[in-house]
Amino acid sequence: MSLRSTTRKSRKVAAGLVAGIAVLALAGCTSNSDGGGDTADTSGGTSAATGSNDESGDKVVIGFSAPAADHGWMGSITESAKKEAAKYDDVELRVAEGTNDVNLQISQVETFINDKVDAIVLLPFDGAAMTPVALKAMKAGIPVINVDREFDDPNAARVTILGDNYGMGVSAGSYICDQADGNKDAIVAEIAGIDSLPLTQDRSQGFKDALAECGLDVDNRVAADFTVEGGSDAAEQLLQAAPKIDYLWNHDDDQGVGVLAAIDNAGRDEFTMIGGAGSKNAMEAIKSGDSVLKATVIYPSTQAADGVKLARLLVQGKSMSDLVEVEVPRKVQLYAPVVTADNVDQFIGSAFES
Amino acid sequence: MSQDSVRVERAALETSREESRFRAVMNSSVGRNSGLVIALLIVCIVGAATAGDRFTSTDNALTILRLAATTGVVSIGMTFVIIGGGIDLSVGAIVALSSVWCTTIATQQLAEDTHWLWMVAVALLVGAGCGLVNGILIAYGNVVAFIATLAMLASARGLAEIISDKKTQILGANGIDVKGFKDFFTADILGVDVQIWLFALVAVAGWVLLNRTTFGRRTVAVGGNPEAARLAGINVRRHTVYLYVLIGVCCGIAALMLVAKTTTGSSTHGTGYELDAIAAVVIGGTLLTGGRGTIVGTVLGVLIFSTLSIIFTLNNRSFSEQSLLKGAIIVAAVLLQQRLASRSST
Repeated sequence: MSLRSTTRKSRKVAAGLVAGIAVLALAGCTSNSDGGGDTADTSGGTSAATGSNDESGDKVVIGFSAPAADHGWMGSITESAKKEAAKYDDVELRVAEGTNDVNLQISQVETFINDKVDAIVLLPFDGAAMTPVALKAMKAGIPVINVDREFDDPNAARVTILGDNYGMGVSAGSYICDQADGNKDAIVAEIAGIDSLPLTQDRSQGFKDALAECGLDVDNRVAADFTVEGGSDAAEQLLQAAPKIDYLWNHDDDQGVGVLAAIDNAGRDEFTMIGGAGSKNAMEAIKSGDSVLKATVIYPSTQAADGVKLARLLVQGKSMSDLVEVEVPRKVQLYAPVVTADNVDQFIGSAFES
Repeated sequence: MSQDSVRVERAALETSREESRFRAVMNSSVGRNSGLVIALLIVCIVGAATAGDRFTSTDNALTILRLAATTGVVSIGMTFVIIGGGIDLSVGAIVALSSVWCTTIATQQLAEDTHWLWMVAVALLVGAGCGLVNGILIAYGNVVAFIATLAMLASARGLAEIISDKKTQILGANGIDVKGFKDFFTADILGVDVQIWLFALVAVAGWVLLNRTTFGRRTVAVGGNPEAARLAGINVRRHTVYLYVLIGVCCGIAALMLVAKTTTGSSTHGTGYELDAIAAVVIGGTLLTGGRGTIVGTVLGVLIFSTLSIIFTLNNRSFSEQSLLKGAIIVAAVLLQQRLASRSST
């Protein structure tokens, strides 16, 4: 048996080698053409738009793909993109919804390429993993709008729309500095999201840097995992460890549901809590003012909706009318404003359901 | 009068004979597989009817096959394990670990310094190693396959997270040149991707191994009746270890395909592959209790699911509906299988 399997193996290896040599020979002929220089997309046209951008124009077919809606923020990404597309009678949005399997998400984008859609709005499960297929789309002349999780090759997207994770931390930190009003002994605590993610590290860095501006630092820090259960566990540990807290920043309102539950259970109310991302129930709590949650920092869940709008402008050859520039910009980074009881009405309309 | 009754009896006998012949055909692997071919054809007709030439285009066919290739290779390995009376829940985690291990800076550096085949070797060895641990635990440690591979599911993904620090490892990071690897696995031969060829190669090799070798006959014997197999002189334990090593190697191949396709290794790769593979094997007509199954059925099962996926994308339908339908198909396939099995035993 073992003898037979070795011959089989060697046969396989031989076949593999033959195939490999053939492929290498082929690849040698074509490898010159895949330099990244020629991928800059010019299909957007150059004519500056006159009149309103929202006026109905040429029909635009947009392919849309995002990770599985396993938390409120991500669910809202797809929902708000659909809602935005429905406002335009010249937009057809094809939604290949919700998967955390990069293999499947790649095939969804391939399907859009086969379909020759006019543009693709893509929130990758993993930015680096989706880069090759995005490059393929760009080479096929289909502009890709990259949302939230960045590709590792700038040529893979015509437009990139990002939130501001560092800015979230800065906004939260600056808000605490304002509230502390020179009190350098204030005890500051932080409940982070998934600690190994670059976005969490960016948020914490921004928070630290902004607090340092007014002489404060983070006294207690725990990390959760963006889920209600994780938030509750982390908060429980934090409240055990810190008998007195003045300010608490929680990175994410989805896990914030659990954090608030733990705070309730512990009967603590001596501090001011600031949330993150900006869910509807967080904003309602801020509005009512009867919980420790007094503010939240926005990380817009409407990024993909913005992606749909920009894709439409791009394909129709229109510009962003409030800029002098005649083309849609290469990169848009969204702001991370602080929502308090004073301005909550301005934001609650675009908030997401946890 | 009496003649009439004889005629009626004879006719009844003939129909029942015909029926039993029909049952026998349906029960044979050819019959079951032709049922699957019909199912796949129906799925394709639905696709063509709802999406027209967007579905029937060559590009679309290639997209379906590319999607099928990765889980397909894993499913071939799963077919052997399930025919052999086992189950492997750890395949997705092994894919993740292999993808991470073969894309570490150290491995990539080694590949640049020597040859990119080192990356291939690392992925296959990691897969085989995990399979070996599974197999030894099950065969010699007497741990139930479900539990042993469940433990591997948790620990392999955990190890992948530790090695990668939960970060995505990019092919060619730090300016390392592993272009040869990527070029090989993403090239195409005669207009068809190497990945699809690989899937075909693994499927054909699997078919030969199962149907034309002692190894295949032993697999069926071990799964059908391990005691009888032991009495017939088969080293059941050693054979069980081989089966888990085999599926581990398949996971290594799938990891290589995924690494080349995404240019990344990540601890999140391969999520849910165990369910996809088991589902494909089950609707392919392989008995979960072992002892019977076909490679052709598994390939058809994989193709049915990946074609369905693409049809849902083409028609703008949600992923949730697709999962619901997938569940329904699995239940329907198993119910049908049970009916056929109970009929054949009476």
